[in-house]
Amino acid sequence: MSDSDPPEPRRSAGEKADFKRELTAVVPHLRAFARGLCGRPDMADDLVQETLLKAWAAQDRFEPGTSMRAWTFVILRNAYLTDMRRNRFRGEYDEGVAERILTAPAGQEEPIHLSDLHRALMTLPPERREALLLVGAGGFSYEEAAEICGCAVGTIKSRVGRARAALTEMLANGNVPRRSTDDEVAHRAILEELDEVAAGNGVSSRG
Amino acid sequence: MASDRKPPSAGGKQAQRVPAWADGLKQLYDSVVEEDLPDSFKTLLARLDELDPRRLGDGLAGGGRASPSPDDREAQT
Repeated sequence: MSDSDPPEPRRSAGEKADFKRELTAVVPHLRAFARGLCGRPDMADDLVQETLLKAWAAQDRFEPGTSMRAWTFVILRNAYLTDMRRNRFRGEYDEGVAERILTAPAGQEEPIHLSDLHRALMTLPPERREALLLVGAGGFSYEEAAEICGCAVGTIKSRVGRARAALTEMLANGNVPRRSTDDEVAHRAILEELDEVAAGNGVSSRG
Repeated sequence: MASDRKPPSAGGKQAQRVPAWADGLKQLYDSVVEEDLPDSFKTLLARLDELDPRRLGDGLAGGGRASPSPDDREAQT
């Protein structure tokens, strides 16, 4: 190896096309993940556009054959945390979620509204919400989710468990924040936790 | 995970079952995945080929685990 090697591998046209194709294919998933993270469709889409540009800029760092979805989720997550710290997202709920009723399983008297679930989700601390989204909605394994969040597998399991317990509790007791929220408390709690998450503090102790 | 499919007794404990909302979480996610892509994305994707990743990279580092620099997207608004 001579030391005149370029610092980054140059991708062939074919590899570039592969990258583009894979990136295009994950856009719907990025939109779904972003919407779950920040709640509002317009902000979520801004976040995805930002993610696509960052992914494109960083494409030499993508290892072909690995999961494009996981790789781009990391980028999206970092962009989200950065934007959150700048208060670009105000933790608002998506008023557009249809008042659809989830089919209640047999024996369950009270149907659950999808919009209630969405609002309940948005009250979770961000690191638990994201863990639940990755595992419960995105279909990632605990191991993959841990990789995406840069934490231990046990931490992810614990966050998912707590998120599930909180949602179950809220939905079972009808303890869901109202539409057009002015739920200052929940929102402030979310922002405070975010500072901790973003600063890398206190995360492991909270689980 | 054994799935014992006993019908839940009315008012019984729901702790051990898959919670009733679990499917809703998937539905929320999938409903976005299945949406038609807005034109703004089609435009952006079409434009990507014209953008040189290396030049773009100056202000947009953010791949992998590195935390993006805090001042990289100030121009956006």
